[in-house]
Amino acid sequence: MTLTAPDASALHPDDDVAELQARFDAIIEADQRIEPRDWMPEAYRKTLIRQISQHAHSEIIGMQPEGNWISRAPSLKRKAILMAKVQDEAGHGLYLYSAAQTLGISRDEMTEQLITSRARYSSIFNYPTPTWADMGAIGWLVDGAAICNQVPLCRASYGPYGRAMVRICKEESFHQRQGFEILLELSQGTPEQHEMAQDAVNRWYWPSLMMFGPPDDESPNSAQSMAWKIKRFSNDELRQRFVGMLVPQAEVLGLTLPDPNLRWNDETGQWDMSEIDWTEFNEVLAGRGPANAQRIQHRREAHEQGAWVREAAAAYAEKQAAKQRQAA
Amino acid sequence: MSTPGDVAGEGWPLYEVFVRANRGLSHVHVGSLHAPDDEMALRNARDLYTRRNEGVSVWVVRSSAITTSDPDLKGAFFESPAGKNYRHAKYYEKSAEVPHL
Repeated sequence: MTLTAPDASALHPDDDVAELQARFDAIIEADQRIEPRDWMPEAYRKTLIRQISQHAHSEIIGMQPEGNWISRAPSLKRKAILMAKVQDEAGHGLYLYSAAQTLGISRDEMTEQLITSRARYSSIFNYPTPTWADMGAIGWLVDGAAICNQVPLCRASYGPYGRAMVRICKEESFHQRQGFEILLELSQGTPEQHEMAQDAVNRWYWPSLMMFGPPDDESPNSAQSMAWKIKRFSNDELRQRFVGMLVPQAEVLGLTLPDPNLRWNDETGQWDMSEIDWTEFNEVLAGRGPANAQRIQHRREAHEQGAWVREAAAAYAEKQAAKQRQAA
Repeated sequence: MSTPGDVAGEGWPLYEVFVRANRGLSHVHVGSLHAPDDEMALRNARDLYTRRNEGVSVWVVRSSAITTSDPDLKGAFFESPAGKNYRHAKYYEKSAEVPHL
């Protein structure tokens, strides 16, 4: 559709930008949604493209650590569950790529950005997954943190993003529960299994808290995103909320959260916790995480080795279309 | 149409996907996807949008085949019903207390 061209100024040659901006602001103010063909400030569009495509990339890269475990999952049922989860992640990536595409960036461009390391994805997937308990910890902690982040995004001011998030959140809750159950079974199993579960929680706890992003006073884009109602709660608010959910869940699991300073503070109404080691986060974010190069290389190979499938599908479609033209 | 996203440079055409959740309900727009042809679009739509029995029927239609109203008409296109509140039952107040009306 030609009307969806991304260059908003070309679409509105005669309109006064101030008037368009006022209309945009009024829609945001009234808590209504911006839709693809509405005028929007370029910075809003850019922020959304960056955020949604990073989110999509995270889902796609997130298939790898778990895909790795399908062949080694301990039973046929576990393999089937893991396959369903990995398939969901592919689906989530596609919902989000579609949402980003409504803002005027092509799928090819986003894929290119990912496989040439010009786009970021969640640094959480750059940690290795050496044991089966990691599948449990990823489901419980990583998917749990993701849900905590994503539920408010269902109300994001950009319509297609919010709608994609509604679908994703519905499906994610299965991911978190299956992770929890893996950990619960291990925790209640042999002493070695219990130890394996605790070890995985020890390794994933802090990275999952870092998924909420830097502290509020060091998060440069947060204020603007909140003004635009893309983001509804600050990084620290969401992190607090998540820790509050984990504490009773860890008790049920019979596992310990690896923070000796974690306790409820009646005065502040907050969870007191140890300082987060952001140097590690920044290292991983900068692409120096343990598995960064491997994840990107794998994605690039999959894309390149899948080229013939895309070409064959296009050739087949062309052949069928030619046949139909002949018959007509 | 709520998710137009045809962008220059896309290899495959964009399709809009509609799913009927149950017999007796309308098909509802659920999202979009790119596919080389109609048949692949239908199969991809099944895999992408009905992994949990979300539907009993799927439609796919090329986005380019959809004609939409222009969002920049600032409501002019939908102006005609304005001021015609007599089209709503609520307009008729004298019957408010009368049963079964």
